[in-house]
Amino acid sequence: MVGARGGSVLGKGLLGIYLSVLVLLPVAALLAKSGTGGTSQFWREISNPEAVAAIKLTLIISAIVVLINAIFGTIIAWVLVRDEFPGKRIVNALIDLPFALPTIVAGVVLLALYGKGSPVGIDVAFTRAAIVLALLFVTLPFVVRSVQPVLHELDVSMEEAAESLGAGPLTVLRRIVLPSLAPAIISGVALSFARAVGEFGSLVLITGNLPFKTEVGSVYVFGQIQNENLPAAAAVSVVLLVAALVVLAALTLLSRWRSKHVL
Amino acid sequence: MAIEARHVSKRFGTFTALDDVSVTVDDGALMALLGPSGSGKSTLLRIIAGLETPDEGEVVIGGEQVTDTPARSRGVGFVFQHYAPFKHMTVHDNVAFGLSVRRRPKAEIEARVKELLGLVRLDGLAERYPSQLSGGQLQRMALARALAVQPKVLLLDEPFGALDAQVRGELREWLRRLHEEIHVTTIFVTHDQEEAMEVAEQIVVMNKGRIEQTGTPRDLYESPSNEFVMSFIGPVNRIGDAYVRPHDVEILAHDDGSATEALIKRVVHLGFEVRVELTLPDGRDISAQVTRANAAELELHEGQILPVRLPRPRVFAA
Repeated sequence: MVGARGGSVLGKGLLGIYLSVLVLLPVAALLAKSGTGGTSQFWREISNPEAVAAIKLTLIISAIVVLINAIFGTIIAWVLVRDEFPGKRIVNALIDLPFALPTIVAGVVLLALYGKGSPVGIDVAFTRAAIVLALLFVTLPFVVRSVQPVLHELDVSMEEAAESLGAGPLTVLRRIVLPSLAPAIISGVALSFARAVGEFGSLVLITGNLPFKTEVGSVYVFGQIQNENLPAAAAVSVVLLVAALVVLAALTLLSRWRSKHVL
Repeated sequence: MAIEARHVSKRFGTFTALDDVSVTVDDGALMALLGPSGSGKSTLLRIIAGLETPDEGEVVIGGEQVTDTPARSRGVGFVFQHYAPFKHMTVHDNVAFGLSVRRRPKAEIEARVKELLGLVRLDGLAERYPSQLSGGQLQRMALARALAVQPKVLLLDEPFGALDAQVRGELREWLRRLHEEIHVTTIFVTHDQEEAMEVAEQIVVMNKGRIEQTGTPRDLYESPSNEFVMSFIGPVNRIGDAYVRPHDVEILAHDDGSATEALIKRVVHLGFEVRVELTLPDGRDISAQVTRANAAELELHEGQILPVRLPRPRVFAA
């Protein structure tokens, strides 16, 4: 007992130090930096029209991207779990590619494929569509990977029961399958959103970083750092951080509430 | 309504689950499909429900050909082995599901759900979620859910398989009484011969995708048509090609000339009955079943050598 308790104290201590060094201290430093000029400077920095445009663009496009992810990620997970086809294992492995690929490389690939002189005849470089495309690429695995295991464990007899009670395929999907998958979809969406808000590497090349048009929050922050305007960079970073945290927390609560009786 | 399966076959890859099986269940009957695992009994039930498509053969319910009718239009109530509760819905919503899918008026749904929860003795638990119910309660909820839509037939797949012995006993008894009350044609699948004999009026014994014998519990026990049925329904001793029920083995106080001698290896007290494990002179082991009183009278104990008579050995043609 003593040994176990000692071990658990040690574990908690280690966790505390680890999290402090990696997460809490940097966040504290960021908050401190953003506050160096007082609240008035903080407000001034984040109400700068270019900053406002960048933040708005980031949040709106992230929202669009996670919505698409929720739908297509669920469909992909469904096909990978429920359908049999040759090459399924390869397709399954491909889903993780966006995680494995350095995002800047993803940016280069997307620019080569969907940029000027596109071999497939689609040129979206320096447009907002390019942002959506790049973000869809880097966030693809989140919903797929969170829905897949839940779908795998989902009791098929539940769907059969609904069917034998008179439900058609759409009713089964709407009233049985989706409610059971909802917590997993929501948590995948939350992670996608957090990732999309902070994404930099894949966007910096393909968006062209045109202020008020294709400049997202993270790229704006980068630009401010290059101009040695650290308070502005820190202030916008804080806004992005808070937005990501709020959405993450809200969706986690929603997911927990939904899964209260499901798991 | 009567249920008929005619010449049904089903293969999964190279495995033949059902091989030209025909079954008729009379209107209002309570029938058991009994067999070991892999005998095809669950597959047959699922084919009748429309959850599986037969490779050959047809299914007729109430005189109506339903082989190509999807499960949702067959009017079949199905209770799954692990109950398949809708975990994200309350007990009330689970039971109401079939009716709400049919877009019945709210008042009708409420009345029906209330009535059914009373029937399965779950009143007061309507707002609970499946995760808050015991196995026996889940089982009854699943039954209420299946009955809510007033199915033409009720199909139960290993309905008591996942329950502990005591709850299982109560539910068997209760299912029998329920059937007497509502009289819907019912088929249930089980691998437990005692359960089949206790609950069903008719038993279909299945093995390796075929039907071995159909009959009342008494028929099957007293006149099994082959060795499989004889050894599956009740305990049995095999002596060469002959089969003898343990309770037909007579242990005598005195040899009257027709007996052989046997050595008692073990005496097992099972309450009213006593099982005696014996070794015959040729080295074969058999068991005998005697009453407690009988065992006391003969003062049976380990190591004793007594005359034993084996009347009515049954031999099946190969």
